Amino acid sequence: MSSVTTRLARKPADYKSDLNPIWCPGCGDYHVLMSFTRAFAQLGLPPEMIAVVSGIGCSSRIPAYTNCYGFHGVHGRSLALAAGLKVTRPDLTVVVASGDGDGYSIGGNHFLHACRRNIDMTYVVMDNRIYGMTKGQPSPTTEPEFDTALTPGGTGVRPFHPLVVALASGANFIARCFSGEPNETADVLAEAIKHPGFSFVEILSPCVTFRPDEREWKNVVRPASVAETNDQGKAARRLMTDDGFNLGILYRGNRPPFQPALGVSKIDLSQLENEFEL
Amino acid sequence: MAASPSISIAVIGSGGAGALTTGNFLLEVASSAGWHGLFTRTLGPQIRGGEAAGLLRLAVHPVDCLPDQFDLIISIDWLNAHRFGNEIKVGPQTLVISDPRGGKLPPLVTESGSRVVEIAMKEIAKSIPGGRANMIALGIAGRLLGFTIEQVLAPIEKQLGDKGAAAVEASRAGINAGFEVAAGIRFEAQLATPVPSHAGRWLLSGNDATALGAIRGGVRFAAAYPITPATEILEWLSPNLSKIGGILLQAEDELAAINMIIGSSYGGTPALTATSGPGLSLMIEAIGLATAAEIPIVIVDVMRGGPSTGIPTKSEQTDLNIAIYGLHGDAPHLVLAPQSVGDCLFTTQWATYLAESLQTPAIVLSDQFMGQARAAIERPADVAFIGARTIAANIAGAYKRYALAPGGVSAMAIPGMPGGQYTADGLTHSERGVPTSGAGDHLAQLDKRRDKLDRFNFGDHWASIEGAGDLALITWGSLTGAAREAAGRAAADGLDVRLIAPRLLAPVQPERLAAALEGVKRILVVEQTHSGQFLRYLRAHYDLPAPVRAFHRPGPLQITAGEIHRAIRDWR
Repeated sequence: MSSVTTRLARKPADYKSDLNPIWCPGCGDYHVLMSFTRAFAQLGLPPEMIAVVSGIGCSSRIPAYTNCYGFHGVHGRSLALAAGLKVTRPDLTVVVASGDGDGYSIGGNHFLHACRRNIDMTYVVMDNRIYGMTKGQPSPTTEPEFDTALTPGGTGVRPFHPLVVALASGANFIARCFSGEPNETADVLAEAIKHPGFSFVEILSPCVTFRPDEREWKNVVRPASVAETNDQGKAARRLMTDDGFNLGILYRGNRPPFQPALGVSKIDLSQLENEFEL
Repeated sequence: MAASPSISIAVIGSGGAGALTTGNFLLEVASSAGWHGLFTRTLGPQIRGGEAAGLLRLAVHPVDCLPDQFDLIISIDWLNAHRFGNEIKVGPQTLVISDPRGGKLPPLVTESGSRVVEIAMKEIAKSIPGGRANMIALGIAGRLLGFTIEQVLAPIEKQLGDKGAAAVEASRAGINAGFEVAAGIRFEAQLATPVPSHAGRWLLSGNDATALGAIRGGVRFAAAYPITPATEILEWLSPNLSKIGGILLQAEDELAAINMIIGSSYGGTPALTATSGPGLSLMIEAIGLATAAEIPIVIVDVMRGGPSTGIPTKSEQTDLNIAIYGLHGDAPHLVLAPQSVGDCLFTTQWATYLAESLQTPAIVLSDQFMGQARAAIERPADVAFIGARTIAANIAGAYKRYALAPGGVSAMAIPGMPGGQYTADGLTHSERGVPTSGAGDHLAQLDKRRDKLDRFNFGDHWASIEGAGDLALITWGSLTGAAREAAGRAAADGLDVRLIAPRLLAPVQPERLAAALEGVKRILVVEQTHSGQFLRYLRAHYDLPAPVRAFHRPGPLQITAGEIHRAIRDWR
């Protein structure tokens, strides 16, 4: 390997497409897009070597707003699609974008198994604690008393704790960011992409249309007061007692990523027939 | 008595008695000696303790269906035989070998007028250390069928070697004992001399053939969620894909499996999953995604009895409707159906080639009968259908993934290609792939996806068309073999029958069927469904230029050549 590598200097604009995002004015996802392009530029990745995969929802519109390869698939299945892509194309950087409905409700089972499988990819969930695209229904992270047309008086159901689930299921990197801090978020995303295995980044991204109360998030988020850990026990305690607003890298594990051997054929195809011959 | 072109044997026992091992072993003996054969298992859903029977038909020529009636039945015990109902037909010509300690003879024997010979197979087995009654049965069957003891013993290492030297020795002793005890038994059916093979001969299941066909067609990634009766495809692919640099990934459910193969194919690696009806139901949404986003994938559905969990271990043709019509929206895609164990190879390979060429999903409708049957066949010919995707090259300027190209197939950029970046999308999109709800783009892309299928020349492989009689027998899938045999019997009666079995079910081929039906005076449609799905499909898409009758009934019993022959004779 050469000790000298040369790469193009890249700027965030190199990763933006010419499409104007269809998001409400003030949506946190604009800043998440900014963080994506800044992280990619920071890492200097060629845009054609990045695949951004998503499901359905406001947040899942993000692939087309990047200048990377993208896949805007069906609701809730982005992690599975990304797994098939990454294991057959380990040379690509795969980033999966989702929301709290797409990722934790309809896609909940895939979340567990993606953490467990630990394929080298980065999973970004823009959590606004509401279904925005369908106009304001509760998601798995919505507070139990939050009143909606679908659930008058609130759901009465305890919210889901995605970071704890991720840790218990085997995610190798767990972080929380706030969309209103795009530089810090870009730094965490770059770390998440660089870290081998399944990296999970929850980004608190306010829905100003259906959750105007989330405008207050900027006043309650804070950097986590403790340093990141690679100790699952410590991380578990920290996440279980967390109020949901501590930001930063909260867990960085060292499980080797899952990548089945892939390569050229070691045999002639006709040899596969030998077992059938009489 | 003249030698028979085919002889059929059923080996019966409760689950765990080893009846299936005996049947499988016997198929190996006969096929090594040059005969063709078909072996199917019939069993309940229990892993142990249920009913089990190995049904074997040996013949001079290729056989793709079971007989109307068995020539020889060997029963190790009758404990659960009542559960077979009328699955195993016994007649006055049948020889039944029964263990007197195996329980009472069931009505299927007592009401048949067949000749019963009692042999204490369990007792004989007890006199051999480690002996098992199913090996005694094997020795008996081998002798009755006219094999030499050397022929019967020949496959012993291959069949039982993994059980250890002691087990092989015990089995050898058992086979010898069975062979001896059968010495005086009269069995008149004898196989005719086998026809020498030119291509070489194979012994495999339809599921094996399907998996090999996929690899030959270019598949290098499979996603797997276990389901009866498709699992063997995935279990064969797992080690064999890794030998050729491919990967199989076990998915958490069928929703994941279908999306994994879409991801793989999007990245440039041809991909397949295999499932059965319940799994296909779960995959349908994502198959629509692959249709809209124009991602080639192959889905093999090894059909079983439905609806819902249905009859997991038995065959039916009742997924035709969901395969063709199950997708929401106007979503043209490919549906193909193999016609025999050997044809599973060709059809899956062709399906992979077509999916890749046309950038769309292909659903392959196999079924439990041919999927899990093992057959001794002529080695299938090598064909040149290897995945041929139109890949973008030298991309300059604004790349249009969904360009309205002549023929409808547009060049596909693969991640990693500079300048080809696009977002594959299930939303209605423009030529560039940008989401839109405009009427113009919607219509243009619907036309594109329809035209690429409609304008493609599928060639003669679209159907098997045999004979020129004025009675057309139209069927599909694993019933093709039985229909062919019925047509042969009708010909012997003096009635020429024209057999038409489409291998390509979607897109429909109205002009080709019209040509195939030219001059027919009557049309008999045969299918394994309760509701007549295939008949309705034919009526919806094709002009049937003569009076039509249908013979259809549900599973779990496979429709036989005899039933089809009767349906032909009854239409006078």
